[in-house]
Amino acid sequence: MSAVRVLVGTRKGAFILQSDGKRQKWDVQGPHFGGWEMYHLKGSPVEPNRIFASQGTGWFGQLIQRSDDGGVTWEAVGNEFVYDGVPGTHQWYDGTPHPWEFARVWHLEPSLVDPDTIYAGVEDAALFRSTDGGSSWHELAGLRGHGSGPHWQPGAGGLCLHTILLDPSDPARIFVAISAAGAFRSSDGGATWQPINRGLQSEGIPDPTAEVGHCVHRIAMHPSRPQVLFMQKHWDVMRSDDGGDSWREVSGNLPTDFGFPIDVHAHEPETIYVVPIKSDSEHFPPDGKLRVYRSRTGGDEWEALTQGLPQRDCYVNVLRDAMAVDSLEECGVYFGTTGGQVYASADAGDTWNAIVRDLPPVLSVEVQTLR
Amino acid sequence: MIRVTLPAHLRKLAGVDGEVALEVAGPVTQGTILDALEARYPRLRGTIRDHTTLKRRPFVRFFACGEDLSHDSPDQPLPDDVATGAEPFSIIGAMAGG
Repeated sequence: MSAVRVLVGTRKGAFILQSDGKRQKWDVQGPHFGGWEMYHLKGSPVEPNRIFASQGTGWFGQLIQRSDDGGVTWEAVGNEFVYDGVPGTHQWYDGTPHPWEFARVWHLEPSLVDPDTIYAGVEDAALFRSTDGGSSWHELAGLRGHGSGPHWQPGAGGLCLHTILLDPSDPARIFVAISAAGAFRSSDGGATWQPINRGLQSEGIPDPTAEVGHCVHRIAMHPSRPQVLFMQKHWDVMRSDDGGDSWREVSGNLPTDFGFPIDVHAHEPETIYVVPIKSDSEHFPPDGKLRVYRSRTGGDEWEALTQGLPQRDCYVNVLRDAMAVDSLEECGVYFGTTGGQVYASADAGDTWNAIVRDLPPVLSVEVQTLR
Repeated sequence: MIRVTLPAHLRKLAGVDGEVALEVAGPVTQGTILDALEARYPRLRGTIRDHTTLKRRPFVRFFACGEDLSHDSPDQPLPDDVATGAEPFSIIGAMAGG
Protein backbone atom coordinates (compact mmCIF):
# COMPACT_ATOMS: atom_id res chain seq x y z
CA MET A 1 0.00 0.00 0.00
CA SER A 2 1.48 3.34 -0.96
CA ALA A 3 1.52 6.36 1.30
CA VAL A 4 2.44 10.00 1.11
CA ARG A 5 4.46 12.02 3.60
CA VAL A 6 4.38 15.81 3.33
CA LEU A 7 7.21 17.72 5.01
CA VAL A 8 6.21 21.25 5.91
CA GLY A 9 8.65 23.91 7.11
CA THR A 10 7.14 26.97 8.77
CA ARG A 11 8.24 30.12 10.54
CA LYS A 12 7.69 28.46 13.90
CA GLY A 13 8.37 24.77 13.49
CA ALA A 14 8.13 21.76 11.21
CA PHE A 15 5.10 19.57 10.58
CA ILE A 16 4.83 16.15 9.02
CA LEU A 17 1.58 15.18 7.36
CA GLN A 18 0.89 11.61 6.41
CA SER A 19 -1.81 9.84 4.43
CA ASP A 20 -2.37 6.61 2.61
CA GLY A 21 -2.40 6.62 -1.16
CA LYS A 22 -5.97 7.85 -1.29
CA ARG A 23 -4.80 11.17 0.13
CA GLN A 24 -8.12 11.91 1.81
CA LYS A 25 -7.34 11.64 5.54
CA TRP A 26 -4.24 13.26 6.91
CA ASP A 27 -2.43 12.78 10.18
CA VAL A 28 -0.58 15.92 11.30
CA GLN A 29 2.49 15.55 13.51
CA GLY A 30 4.25 18.52 15.02
CA PRO A 31 5.37 21.06 15.66
CA HIS A 32 8.87 19.66 15.57
CA PHE A 33 11.38 22.26 16.78
CA GLY A 34 8.56 24.59 17.86
CA GLY A 35 9.52 28.24 17.77
CA TRP A 36 12.35 27.76 15.27
CA GLU A 37 12.29 28.80 11.64
CA MET A 38 12.29 25.64 9.56
CA TYR A 39 13.34 26.79 6.13
CA HIS A 40 13.33 23.40 4.46
CA LEU A 41 13.01 19.67 5.04
CA LYS A 42 13.73 17.02 2.46
CA GLY A 43 14.02 13.24 2.47
CA SER A 44 16.64 11.10 0.80
CA PRO A 45 15.34 9.45 -2.37
CA VAL A 46 17.60 6.50 -1.54
CA GLU A 47 16.52 6.06 2.09
CA PRO A 48 13.17 7.81 2.49
CA ASN A 49 13.20 7.57 6.27
CA ARG A 50 16.32 9.73 6.29
CA ILE A 51 15.12 13.33 6.39
CA PHE A 52 17.25 16.44 6.66
CA ALA A 53 15.93 19.72 8.08
CA SER A 54 17.24 23.26 8.17
CA GLN A 55 16.51 24.79 11.57
CA GLY A 56 17.40 28.30 12.67
CA THR A 57 16.59 31.50 14.44
CA GLY A 58 18.07 34.95 14.47
CA TRP A 59 19.08 34.31 18.08
CA PHE A 60 20.86 30.98 17.94
CA GLY A 61 21.83 30.64 14.29
CA GLN A 62 21.75 27.61 12.07
CA LEU A 63 21.27 23.97 12.95
CA ILE A 64 20.86 20.96 10.71
CA GLN A 65 18.72 18.11 11.97
CA ARG A 66 18.63 14.60 10.60
CA SER A 67 16.06 11.91 11.20
CA ASP A 68 16.62 8.27 10.28
CA ASP A 69 13.13 7.12 11.21
CA GLY A 70 10.87 9.21 9.05
CA GLY A 71 10.74 12.23 11.33
CA VAL A 72 9.91 10.52 14.63
CA THR A 73 13.26 11.30 16.25
CA TRP A 74 15.94 13.77 15.24
CA GLU A 75 19.62 14.31 15.76
CA ALA A 76 21.42 17.63 15.40
CA VAL A 77 24.29 17.11 12.97
CA GLY A 78 26.90 19.52 11.66
CA ASN A 79 26.13 23.22 11.56
CA GLU A 80 29.47 24.71 10.64
CA PHE A 81 29.25 26.42 7.26
CA VAL A 82 32.55 28.13 6.55
CA TYR A 83 33.24 29.71 3.19
CA ASP A 84 36.27 28.36 1.42
CA GLY A 85 39.34 30.56 1.70
CA VAL A 86 38.98 34.32 2.01
CA PRO A 87 35.28 34.91 1.38
CA GLY A 88 35.64 38.29 -0.35
CA THR A 89 32.70 40.54 -1.12
CA HIS A 90 29.51 40.68 -3.16
CA GLN A 91 27.51 43.80 -3.90
CA TRP A 92 25.23 45.22 -1.26
CA TYR A 93 21.83 46.70 -2.14
CA ASP A 94 23.40 50.09 -2.74
CA GLY A 95 26.09 48.65 -4.99
CA THR A 96 28.91 48.87 -2.45
CA PRO A 97 31.06 45.81 -1.66
CA HIS A 98 29.74 43.75 1.24
CA PRO A 99 31.57 40.86 2.92
CA TRP A 100 30.18 37.42 2.32
CA GLU A 101 28.44 36.38 5.57
CA PHE A 102 26.70 33.12 6.28
CA ALA A 103 23.10 33.68 7.40
CA ARG A 104 21.11 30.47 6.93
CA VAL A 105 20.45 27.35 4.89
CA TRP A 106 17.56 27.90 2.51
CA HIS A 107 17.44 24.56 0.76
CA LEU A 108 18.67 21.02 1.33
CA GLU A 109 18.96 18.63 -1.60
CA PRO A 110 19.82 15.01 -0.78
CA SER A 111 21.77 13.07 -3.40
CA LEU A 112 19.78 10.88 -5.76
CA VAL A 113 22.16 7.96 -5.22
CA ASP A 114 23.97 8.26 -1.88
CA PRO A 115 22.12 8.69 1.42
CA ASP A 116 25.18 10.28 3.04
CA THR A 117 25.59 13.00 0.43
CA ILE A 118 23.52 16.15 0.62
CA TYR A 119 23.79 19.64 -0.82
CA ALA A 120 22.89 22.85 1.01
CA GLY A 121 22.05 26.17 -0.63
CA VAL A 122 22.81 29.02 1.73
CA GLU A 123 22.55 32.78 2.22
CA ASP A 124 24.87 34.59 1.45
CA ALA A 125 24.73 32.57 -1.71
CA ALA A 126 26.95 29.52 -1.83
CA LEU A 127 26.63 25.79 -2.32
CA PHE A 128 27.86 23.38 0.34
CA ARG A 129 28.06 19.59 0.26
CA SER A 130 28.24 16.98 2.98
CA THR A 131 29.34 13.43 2.23
CA ASP A 132 28.94 12.14 5.79
CA GLY A 133 25.25 12.49 6.40
CA GLY A 134 25.41 16.14 7.39
CA SER A 135 28.16 15.88 9.99
CA SER A 136 30.52 18.17 8.09
CA TRP A 137 30.03 20.63 5.26
CA HIS A 138 32.39 21.89 2.58
CA GLU A 139 31.80 24.67 0.12
CA LEU A 140 31.84 23.99 -3.60
CA ALA A 141 33.69 27.23 -4.02
CA GLY A 142 33.87 27.20 -7.79
CA LEU A 143 30.39 28.67 -7.87
CA ARG A 144 31.23 31.88 -6.04
CA GLY A 145 34.65 31.85 -7.62
CA HIS A 146 33.72 31.48 -11.25
CA GLY A 147 34.10 35.22 -11.81
CA SER A 148 30.80 37.00 -11.39
CA GLY A 149 30.45 36.48 -7.62
CA PRO A 150 31.65 39.96 -6.65
CA HIS A 151 28.83 41.41 -8.78
CA TRP A 152 25.99 39.41 -7.23
CA GLN A 153 23.44 41.48 -5.38
CA PRO A 154 20.81 40.27 -2.92
CA GLY A 155 17.12 40.19 -3.71
CA ALA A 156 14.65 41.54 -1.16
CA GLY A 157 14.83 38.24 0.71
CA GLY A 158 18.60 38.17 0.84
CA LEU A 159 21.35 36.78 -1.39
CA CYS A 160 20.08 33.23 -1.23
CA LEU A 161 20.88 30.06 -3.11
CA HIS A 162 17.38 28.59 -3.02
CA THR A 163 17.19 25.96 -5.77
CA ILE A 164 19.36 22.89 -6.38
CA LEU A 165 18.47 20.48 -9.18
CA LEU A 166 20.39 17.24 -9.62
CA ASP A 167 20.34 15.66 -13.07
CA PRO A 168 19.26 12.02 -12.69
CA SER A 169 20.86 11.10 -16.02
CA ASP A 170 24.25 12.65 -15.23
CA PRO A 171 25.53 12.70 -11.64
CA ALA A 172 28.05 15.39 -12.57
CA ARG A 173 25.44 17.89 -13.69
CA ILE A 174 23.92 20.28 -11.15
CA PHE A 175 21.77 23.36 -11.60
CA VAL A 176 21.34 26.06 -8.97
CA ALA A 177 19.50 29.35 -8.80
CA ILE A 178 20.29 32.44 -6.76
CA SER A 179 18.30 35.58 -6.00
CA ALA A 180 19.30 37.93 -7.50
CA ALA A 181 22.21 36.52 -9.46
CA GLY A 182 20.50 34.02 -11.74
CA ALA A 183 20.83 30.36 -12.71
CA PHE A 184 24.08 28.43 -12.93
CA ARG A 185 25.13 24.99 -14.19
CA SER A 186 27.97 22.67 -13.35
CA SER A 187 28.94 19.74 -15.54
CA ASP A 188 31.70 18.42 -13.30
CA GLY A 189 29.98 17.70 -10.02
CA GLY A 190 30.13 21.25 -8.73
CA ALA A 191 33.82 22.01 -9.26
CA THR A 192 33.26 24.64 -11.97
CA TRP A 193 30.19 26.62 -12.95
CA GLN A 194 28.81 28.78 -15.69
CA PRO A 195 25.91 31.22 -15.61
CA ILE A 196 22.94 30.13 -17.75
CA ASN A 197 20.86 33.25 -18.08
CA ARG A 198 20.81 33.97 -21.80
CA GLY A 199 17.37 35.09 -22.86
CA LEU A 200 16.31 36.39 -19.48
CA GLN A 201 15.18 39.98 -19.54
CA SER A 202 14.70 41.91 -16.33
CA GLU A 203 13.47 45.41 -15.69
CA GLY A 204 16.35 47.36 -14.25
CA ILE A 205 18.94 45.44 -16.27
CA PRO A 206 19.13 47.34 -19.53
CA ASP A 207 21.72 44.98 -21.02
CA PRO A 208 19.75 42.07 -22.55
CA THR A 209 22.91 39.97 -22.55
CA ALA A 210 23.69 40.50 -18.86
CA GLU A 211 25.34 37.36 -17.60
CA VAL A 212 24.12 37.76 -14.00
CA GLY A 213 21.81 39.94 -11.96
CA HIS A 214 18.50 38.26 -12.74
CA CYS A 215 16.15 37.52 -9.86
CA VAL A 216 15.37 33.89 -10.54
CA HIS A 217 12.78 32.71 -8.04
CA ARG A 218 12.73 29.00 -8.86
CA ILE A 219 13.68 26.48 -11.50
CA ALA A 220 12.19 23.03 -12.04
CA MET A 221 12.93 19.96 -14.11
CA HIS A 222 11.19 16.71 -14.95
CA PRO A 223 13.56 13.83 -14.15
CA SER A 224 12.95 12.18 -17.52
CA ARG A 225 13.98 15.29 -19.48
CA PRO A 226 16.84 17.05 -17.75
CA GLN A 227 17.50 19.22 -20.80
CA VAL A 228 14.18 20.99 -20.27
CA LEU A 229 14.09 23.52 -17.47
CA PHE A 230 11.24 25.71 -16.32
CA MET A 231 11.74 28.96 -14.44
CA GLN A 232 9.63 31.36 -12.42
CA LYS A 233 11.55 34.57 -12.53
CA HIS A 234 10.73 37.67 -10.48
CA TRP A 235 8.57 38.55 -13.45
CA ASP A 236 8.18 36.09 -16.37
CA VAL A 237 7.77 32.35 -16.61
CA MET A 238 10.52 30.92 -18.80
CA ARG A 239 11.61 27.61 -20.30
CA SER A 240 14.83 26.24 -21.70
CA ASP A 241 15.09 23.27 -24.04
CA ASP A 242 18.86 23.14 -24.04
CA GLY A 243 19.79 22.68 -20.40
CA GLY A 244 19.79 26.40 -19.70
CA ASP A 245 21.89 27.58 -22.65
CA SER A 246 18.96 29.73 -23.76
CA TRP A 247 15.58 30.69 -22.36
CA ARG A 248 12.31 31.86 -23.84
CA GLU A 249 9.28 33.31 -22.16
CA VAL A 250 6.19 31.10 -21.81
CA SER A 251 4.03 33.34 -19.62
CA GLY A 252 1.31 33.30 -22.31
CA ASN A 253 -2.13 34.05 -20.92
CA LEU A 254 -1.24 34.12 -17.21
CA PRO A 255 -3.06 36.94 -15.39
CA THR A 256 0.33 38.04 -14.00
CA ASP A 257 3.68 36.41 -14.56
CA PHE A 258 5.09 37.35 -11.15
CA GLY A 259 5.30 34.49 -8.68
CA PHE A 260 7.57 32.24 -6.71
CA PRO A 261 7.14 28.45 -7.13
CA ILE A 262 7.06 26.40 -10.32
CA ASP A 263 6.79 22.63 -10.52
CA VAL A 264 6.33 19.83 -13.02
CA HIS A 265 3.77 17.00 -13.04
CA ALA A 266 5.34 13.70 -11.98
CA HIS A 267 4.35 11.82 -15.15
CA GLU A 268 3.72 14.52 -17.76
CA PRO A 269 6.90 16.48 -18.49
CA GLU A 270 4.99 19.19 -20.34
CA THR A 271 2.50 19.81 -17.52
CA ILE A 272 3.67 22.58 -15.23
CA TYR A 273 2.22 24.59 -12.37
CA VAL A 274 2.66 28.16 -11.13
CA VAL A 275 0.84 30.39 -8.64
CA PRO A 276 0.52 33.90 -10.10
CA ILE A 277 1.03 36.69 -7.59
CA LYS A 278 -0.18 40.22 -8.26
CA SER A 279 3.15 42.03 -8.32
CA ASP A 280 6.52 42.47 -6.69
CA SER A 281 5.05 45.06 -4.37
CA GLU A 282 1.78 43.24 -3.65
CA HIS A 283 2.64 39.67 -2.74
CA PHE A 284 -0.83 38.16 -2.91
CA PRO A 285 -3.03 36.61 -5.58
CA PRO A 286 -4.75 38.96 -8.05
CA ASP A 287 -8.35 39.86 -7.15
CA GLY A 288 -8.14 38.00 -3.83
CA LYS A 289 -8.54 34.67 -5.68
CA LEU A 290 -6.04 31.91 -4.97
CA ARG A 291 -5.50 30.19 -8.31
CA VAL A 292 -2.94 27.65 -9.40
CA TYR A 293 -2.31 27.84 -13.12
CA ARG A 294 -1.55 24.69 -15.07
CA SER A 295 -0.13 24.42 -18.53
CA ARG A 296 -0.29 21.08 -20.31
CA THR A 297 1.78 22.44 -23.19
CA GLY A 298 4.95 23.31 -21.34
CA GLY A 299 3.91 26.94 -21.06
CA ASP A 300 2.22 29.64 -23.17
CA GLU A 301 -1.30 28.21 -22.68
CA TRP A 302 -2.50 28.21 -19.09
CA GLU A 303 -5.71 27.25 -17.29
CA ALA A 304 -6.80 28.43 -13.87
CA LEU A 305 -7.34 25.73 -11.24
CA THR A 306 -9.76 27.04 -8.64
CA GLN A 307 -11.94 24.24 -7.35
CA GLY A 308 -11.51 24.04 -3.60
CA LEU A 309 -9.30 27.12 -3.38
CA PRO A 310 -10.57 30.38 -1.85
CA GLN A 311 -11.94 32.63 -4.57
CA ARG A 312 -12.53 35.75 -2.52
CA ASP A 313 -10.71 37.77 0.12
CA CYS A 314 -7.56 35.66 -0.10
CA TYR A 315 -4.33 37.58 0.34
CA VAL A 316 -1.72 34.95 1.12
CA ASN A 317 1.53 34.29 -0.70
CA VAL A 318 3.06 31.00 -1.81
CA LEU A 319 6.82 30.99 -1.36
CA ARG A 320 9.34 29.50 -3.78
CA ASP A 321 10.03 26.25 -1.95
CA ALA A 322 6.42 25.69 -0.94
CA MET A 323 5.14 23.56 -3.85
CA ALA A 324 5.79 19.88 -4.57
CA VAL A 325 4.29 16.88 -6.33
CA ASP A 326 3.95 13.22 -5.42
CA SER A 327 4.51 10.40 -7.88
CA LEU A 328 1.42 8.29 -7.33
CA GLU A 329 -0.39 7.12 -10.45
CA GLU A 330 -2.61 10.18 -10.38
CA CYS A 331 -0.13 12.91 -9.58
CA GLY A 332 -0.73 14.82 -6.38
CA VAL A 333 0.15 18.50 -6.17
CA TYR A 334 0.75 20.32 -2.88
CA PHE A 335 1.48 23.87 -1.83
CA GLY A 336 1.64 25.86 1.38
CA THR A 337 0.74 29.48 2.02
CA THR A 338 1.93 32.28 4.22
CA GLY A 339 -1.51 32.02 5.85
CA GLY A 340 -0.62 28.58 7.21
CA GLN A 341 -2.69 26.40 4.90
CA VAL A 342 -1.35 23.42 2.99
CA TYR A 343 -3.50 22.63 -0.01
CA ALA A 344 -3.38 19.31 -1.80
CA SER A 345 -4.83 18.01 -5.02
CA ALA A 346 -5.01 14.26 -5.59
CA ASP A 347 -6.05 14.76 -9.22
CA ALA A 348 -3.22 16.77 -10.74
CA GLY A 349 -4.76 20.07 -9.76
CA ASP A 350 -8.38 19.67 -10.84
CA THR A 351 -9.66 19.87 -7.24
CA TRP A 352 -8.04 21.01 -4.01
CA ASN A 353 -8.48 20.60 -0.27
CA ALA A 354 -6.74 22.21 2.67
CA ILE A 355 -5.13 19.20 4.34
CA VAL A 356 -4.12 21.41 7.25
CA ARG A 357 -4.79 25.04 7.99
CA ASP A 358 -3.79 27.61 10.61
CA LEU A 359 -0.15 26.57 10.75
CA PRO A 360 2.46 29.31 11.08
CA PRO A 361 3.44 30.85 7.72
CA VAL A 362 4.62 28.04 5.45
CA LEU A 363 8.16 28.34 4.12
CA SER A 364 8.53 25.02 2.34
CA VAL A 365 6.65 21.92 1.27
CA GLU A 366 8.21 18.67 0.12
CA VAL A 367 6.50 15.38 -0.62
CA GLN A 368 7.69 11.83 -0.27
CA THR A 369 5.86 9.04 -2.05
CA LEU A 370 6.28 5.92 0.07
CA ARG A 371 5.68 2.50 -1.48
CA MET B 1 31.02 23.90 40.26
CA ILE B 2 29.92 26.64 37.91
CA ARG B 3 26.19 27.06 37.45
CA VAL B 4 24.93 28.01 33.98
CA THR B 5 21.37 28.81 32.94
CA LEU B 6 20.30 28.47 29.34
CA PRO B 7 17.32 29.87 27.40
CA ALA B 8 14.51 27.43 26.69
CA HIS B 9 15.46 26.67 23.08
CA LEU B 10 19.01 25.78 24.07
CA ARG B 11 17.92 23.72 27.09
CA LYS B 12 15.80 21.66 24.72
CA LEU B 13 18.61 21.35 22.22
CA ALA B 14 21.03 20.23 24.94
CA GLY B 15 18.45 17.93 26.47
CA VAL B 16 18.55 19.47 29.96
CA ASP B 17 15.75 20.62 32.24
CA GLY B 18 17.25 23.17 34.58
CA GLU B 19 20.61 24.67 35.40
CA VAL B 20 23.78 23.09 34.09
CA ALA B 21 26.65 22.44 36.50
CA LEU B 22 30.11 22.54 34.97
CA GLU B 23 33.66 21.97 36.10
CA VAL B 24 35.84 24.70 34.65
CA ALA B 25 39.60 24.29 34.71
CA GLY B 26 41.68 27.39 35.28
CA PRO B 27 40.32 30.93 35.44
CA VAL B 28 36.57 31.26 35.20
CA THR B 29 35.77 33.48 32.24
CA GLN B 30 33.02 33.62 29.62
CA GLY B 31 35.39 31.81 27.28
CA THR B 32 36.28 28.96 29.63
CA ILE B 33 32.64 28.48 30.65
CA LEU B 34 31.56 28.28 27.02
CA ASP B 35 34.44 25.92 26.22
CA ALA B 36 33.27 23.59 29.00
CA LEU B 37 29.60 23.96 28.03
CA GLU B 38 30.23 23.13 24.38
CA ALA B 39 32.47 20.20 25.31
CA ARG B 40 29.67 18.75 27.43
CA TYR B 41 26.91 19.58 24.92
CA PRO B 42 28.39 19.64 21.39
CA ARG B 43 24.97 20.42 19.91
CA LEU B 44 25.30 23.93 21.34
CA ARG B 45 28.33 24.70 19.18
CA GLY B 46 27.58 27.64 16.93
CA THR B 47 24.39 28.62 18.75
CA ILE B 48 25.90 30.91 21.39
CA ARG B 49 29.05 32.06 19.64
CA ASP B 50 30.46 31.74 16.17
CA HIS B 51 32.27 28.49 15.40
CA THR B 52 35.34 30.19 14.03
CA THR B 53 35.62 33.68 15.48
CA LEU B 54 34.13 32.66 18.87
CA LYS B 55 32.29 35.99 18.89
CA ARG B 56 29.03 36.08 20.81
CA ARG B 57 26.00 35.90 18.53
CA PRO B 58 24.36 39.33 18.43
CA PHE B 59 21.06 38.33 20.07
CA VAL B 60 22.67 36.29 22.84
CA ARG B 61 23.45 38.08 26.11
CA PHE B 62 25.41 37.09 29.20
CA PHE B 63 24.31 38.12 32.71
CA ALA B 64 25.65 37.38 36.19
CA CYS B 65 25.20 38.94 39.63
CA GLY B 66 22.67 41.40 38.22
CA GLU B 67 25.13 42.74 35.63
CA ASP B 68 25.06 42.60 31.86
CA LEU B 69 28.48 41.18 30.99
CA SER B 70 27.77 40.77 27.29
CA HIS B 71 30.28 43.34 26.16
CA ASP B 72 33.07 42.29 28.50
CA SER B 73 36.08 40.50 27.10
CA PRO B 74 35.58 36.72 26.93
CA ASP B 75 38.91 36.40 28.73
CA GLN B 76 38.00 38.65 31.66
CA PRO B 77 37.62 36.79 34.97
CA LEU B 78 34.01 36.57 36.09
CA PRO B 79 32.85 37.65 39.58
CA ASP B 80 33.85 35.40 42.48
CA ASP B 81 30.21 34.51 43.12
CA VAL B 82 30.08 32.90 39.66
CA ALA B 83 33.42 31.17 40.15
CA THR B 84 32.29 29.70 43.48
CA GLY B 85 28.86 28.71 42.22
CA ALA B 86 27.00 31.10 44.51
CA GLU B 87 25.48 32.81 41.46
CA PRO B 88 24.70 31.37 38.03
CA PHE B 89 26.13 32.55 34.74
CA SER B 90 23.04 33.26 32.65
CA ILE B 91 22.92 32.92 28.88
CA ILE B 92 19.88 34.74 27.59
CA GLY B 93 18.18 35.21 24.24
CA ALA B 94 17.67 38.94 23.77
CA MET B 95 14.12 40.23 23.65
CA ALA B 96 13.84 41.07 19.98
CA GLY B 97 10.87 40.48 17.76
CA GLY B 98 8.44 37.56 17.79
